[in-house]
Amino acid sequence: MSSAPFPTVDQAALFEFLLRMGDNALILGHRLSEWCGHAPALEEDIALANTALDLIGQTQLWLGLAGEMEGKGRTADNLAYLRDATEFRNVLLVERPNGDFGKTLMRQFLFDAWHLSMLQALRSSADKRIADIAEKAAKEVAYHLDRSRDLVIRLGDGTAESHRRMREALDDLWPYTGELFIGDAADEELAAAGLGPAPESLKAEWDGVVGETLTEATLKKPADGYMQRGGKRGVHTEHMGFILAEMQFLQRAYPGATW
Amino acid sequence: MYAQMVKTDGACVKSLEDMEPQERAFQERIDAGQKIEPKEWMPEGYRKTLVRQISQHAHSEIVGQLPEGNWITRAPTLERKAILLAKVQDEAGHGLYLYCAAETLGISRDEMYEQLHCGKAKYSSIFNYPTLSWADIGAIGWLVDGAAIMNQVPLQRCSYGPYARAMVRICKEESFHQRQGFDVLAKMVKGTPAQKAMVQDALDRWWWPSLMMFGPSDDASVHSAQSMAWKIKQNSNDELRQKFVDQTVPQADYLGLTVPDPELKWNEAKGGYDFGQPDWKEFFEVIAGNGPCNAERLGARRKAWDDGAWFREGLAAHATKAEQRRTAGQAAG
Ligand SMILES: [Fe+2]
Ligand SMILES: [Fe+2]
Ligand SMILES: [Fe+2]
Repeated sequence: MSSAPFPTVDQAALFEFLLRMGDNALILGHRLSEWCGHAPALEEDIALANTALDLIGQTQLWLGLAGEMEGKGRTADNLAYLRDATEFRNVLLVERPNGDFGKTLMRQFLFDAWHLSMLQALRSSADKRIADIAEKAAKEVAYHLDRSRDLVIRLGDGTAESHRRMREALDDLWPYTGELFIGDAADEELAAAGLGPAPESLKAEWDGVVGETLTEATLKKPADGYMQRGGKRGVHTEHMGFILAEMQFLQRAYPGATW
Repeated sequence: MYAQMVKTDGACVKSLEDMEPQERAFQERIDAGQKIEPKEWMPEGYRKTLVRQISQHAHSEIVGQLPEGNWITRAPTLERKAILLAKVQDEAGHGLYLYCAAETLGISRDEMYEQLHCGKAKYSSIFNYPTLSWADIGAIGWLVDGAAIMNQVPLQRCSYGPYARAMVRICKEESFHQRQGFDVLAKMVKGTPAQKAMVQDALDRWWWPSLMMFGPSDDASVHSAQSMAWKIKQNSNDELRQKFVDQTVPQADYLGLTVPDPELKWNEAKGGYDFGQPDWKEFFEVIAGNGPCNAERLGARRKAWDDGAWFREGLAAHATKAEQRRTAGQAAG
C-alpha cells in the first residue's frame, strides 16, 4: 500500500470517511467546549476541557488528511470553517444539545464506546496514515471512555435523582445510537479495501460494553426502536446550523483574514 | 493581580518588642526568610489574611474561565481553539492548586465557594469586563495574564510554603499564556485593517481595567504594611503598576498600537513612564458589584454550582454505597 496512496479505493469514499471521523470529533469537541466554566465541579471543568482538546486535536489530523487526499488545497481549517451543514458528515448523536451534565456524560459514553472500537479497528488499516492517527487517538479515547463509563455507573447507581436523570438521558439519546452502525456504499468500499471496519462489525463489542456498563449503573437498556439517521450523508438536525453559525462566525464575517 | 485590597485584621503593625514570645519567634522566622508550613503555629490574623488572599486568587482563576470561555466556541481556527481550551483548562487547574493551598489553612473548598456565591469573598475586578471580540482574547492573555505575572512572581517568595509553591507552578503557565495572547494580537495587527482596528479597540477597553488590577495606591494602607511584614505581599501596588506599564508600553509600540492615555510619557529621570490614573470611582463600583458583567459572572458560577448539586450528591451517594458493599463483603469474607 505504500507506493501510491489509496490505490484501490474510491477517492470520494475515502474523503467521505475522513470527513466523518473528523466531523464527529469536531462537533463533539465543540459541544463539550460549551461547558467551559459551567461544569458542576472544578475537576469536571478540567476533564471536559481536556477531552475537548483531544477531540479538536484529532479533528486537525482527520480533516488535515481529508484535505490532503482531496488534493484541492483545502486545509483542516478550510474544511471546518467553510463548509455548510449539508457538507458535514458527523452522526446526529454528537450534535445533540448538551442538556444537563448527565445528558452530556451519557452522550459522551455512548459515543466513546463506539469511538474506541472504531479507532482500535482502524489501527490495522491498510493505510498507514489512517493507522497512525488511530493509534494516537485510541490512547486518548481509551481514557475518555474510562471516565465517561465510570461516571455513568456512579450516577446511575447514585441517588434517585441522579438515577432518574441518567435514565432520561439514556432514553433521549438511544435513538441516535443506531446511525453509528449503519453502513453505506462508502463504508463498504473502505471495508473491501481493508482501510476500515464495516460499521455493523462494531455493534457486538459496543453492545457488550454498553450492556455491562448500564447493568452496573442499574440502568435499563432501552429497546432498539426506530433509529434517527442522516448525519453521515449530510442531513442534520436543526441544531447543526446554529453550531456552525457560532463556530464559523469569524471566518465568515472576515473572509480571507488569517488569525 | 488577582488579589486586590486584601484586608488584615490588625489596626497597626506591631513591633517585635510588642509581641508575645510565640508571635515574636514567628515574626523572626519570617524576617529570616524561612517558610511557614501548614501545621506550624501562626497568628490568627496571618491565617485569616492568607485565606482571604488565596481564596480571592482562586476565585479569580475560576471566574476568569468565563470571559475567555465566551470565545472558545467562536475561536477562528482549530489551532486557536485548542490553545484557548488549553489556557482555560490551565486556569481551572490554577484554581484547583490555590483552593488546595487555602485548604491547608483549615477552610474547605465548599466553604470558599459559599463565600464567593454569597458575595462575601471577592475575585479580581478585571473579570467583570466583557469579551466583545476575538482581539479581547489576545488582550486578556497579554495584559491580564501579564499583570497577574507582575504580582505573582514575587509571591513565589511568599512566607507561606504552600502558597509560594503553588505560585511557582502557576507563574510558568501564566507567562506561557501571556506570550500566546501577544501572539494572537501580533498576528491580527499584521492582518486586515478590520483586524487591526479590533486590536486597538481591545486595548482601548482593557488598558485601564488592567491597571486597576493592581488596586489603588496602598502606600498609606495598614493592611498592606502588615501583609508586607508577613511577607505575603512584597511590593506596593504602585510599584507593581509602574513595572507593568514600563514593560507593556514598548510591547504596545511594537504592535503599532496607541495606549489610550494622553498623560503617558517617558520620564528619563526616573527611568520609567509617567502615566495617568485609572478611574478609581469605576473601580470601586466594579468591586461593589456594579461592573458590566458582575451579575452575569457570579450568576454563572452560582448556576453551575446549583445545577451541579444533583451530580455531586449522586457521586457522594455512590461512594457511600460502594463503601458499604466493600465493608459488607469484608464482613462476609
Ligand atoms: Fe491563572
Ligand atoms: Fe493567577
Ligand atoms: Fe493565565
